[in-house]
Amino acid sequence: MAAVSDSVRQGPLGLPEMHELSIANSIIEIAEEEAYRRKVRVSGVHLKLGPLSGVVKEALLSAYEIAIAGTSMEGSRLIVEDVPISVYCPKCCQSRSVKSMQLLCCPVCQTPVSDIREGAQLEVTALEIES
Amino acid sequence: MNRDARIIAVRQNVLKRNDLVARELRQEFRTAGVFVVSLVSSPGTGKTVFLEKTLTLLQPEYRVAALVGDLATQNDAERLARSRAPVRQIVTGTFCHLEAEMVRKSLEGWSLAGLNFLFIENVGNLVCPASYDLGEDLRVVMMSVTEGEDKPLKYPPIFHGADLAIITKFDLREAAEFDLRTATHNIHAVRPEMPIIEVSAKKDIGMQDWLRFLFSAAGSGEQKAVGRKQ
Repeated sequence: MAAVSDSVRQGPLGLPEMHELSIANSIIEIAEEEAYRRKVRVSGVHLKLGPLSGVVKEALLSAYEIAIAGTSMEGSRLIVEDVPISVYCPKCCQSRSVKSMQLLCCPVCQTPVSDIREGAQLEVTALEIES
Repeated sequence: MNRDARIIAVRQNVLKRNDLVARELRQEFRTAGVFVVSLVSSPGTGKTVFLEKTLTLLQPEYRVAALVGDLATQNDAERLARSRAPVRQIVTGTFCHLEAEMVRKSLEGWSLAGLNFLFIENVGNLVCPASYDLGEDLRVVMMSVTEGEDKPLKYPPIFHGADLAIITKFDLREAAEFDLRTATHNIHAVRPEMPIIEVSAKKDIGMQDWLRFLFSAAGSGEQKAVGRKQ
């Protein structure tokens, strides 16, 4: 495994980076590995992103632009699909979508819910490739 | 899109590498019988003084050690060393959070088997550490009364991912006009039923409640016999 520091670019002035840059680098690494294995060029990366992953979409998109510069992924797009938070309400015995991660309760019966079924995703789901 | 472009399906968790290392660490901790606690908070919440006090209180009877993440200095490790527990500093450089691999590296050469508790103090930051599993058994999120009651609403992922919330500097609650009910409500809005403990490490408020919680967490679930020093 590569050393952690190898996979992350240092910020200007040596200031601490948002972790989105580190995440962007991991995404590029996944895509590059796949591209290498299949001998193709990647022009787009599809990503599922849930709010509970702790990653901010806008920050990730700009980090991605910075991170692809000078790599084989330069010019590629990151396509982010937002995944809503879905919880299991023990009272309704049903899965429900919640509107805000600042209020984790059932939207129907208002019971606070801690059984989170979806919403923490940070997952590469597909690649757009050119052969 | 290019004329020849096509889409291929892949399913890869972006944090797969970190999660793998975290899983290995968790297994290693379990085998060694050490209970691992991580602390996350904003800068200035009082993680270090809380940890220093915790180490000092546990020291007479338990074998404890700490790893401290800091962006640039050794100051925290030096402060914690006053407790006379073994302490290692992880200087993270430009990193705003700890990753599992950094924990693994900094543990090299340390014998975990003799330890009862290992504490990992993350870099002061309520955003970035949320995404990274460190292999810990218990994740503690901390907020101080001077930061205001709405911290959980501003940083839901980190509160949601924690097992226990500790409210620090509780001796200052009146001066800070801190409303515990509102804070509790906000914590439970993002993490229903999360246990909450109010402490002041400096004034020794709530520290026994914290230790009781710690012993009960270490004793249950993981079935780790928290053996005292011989």
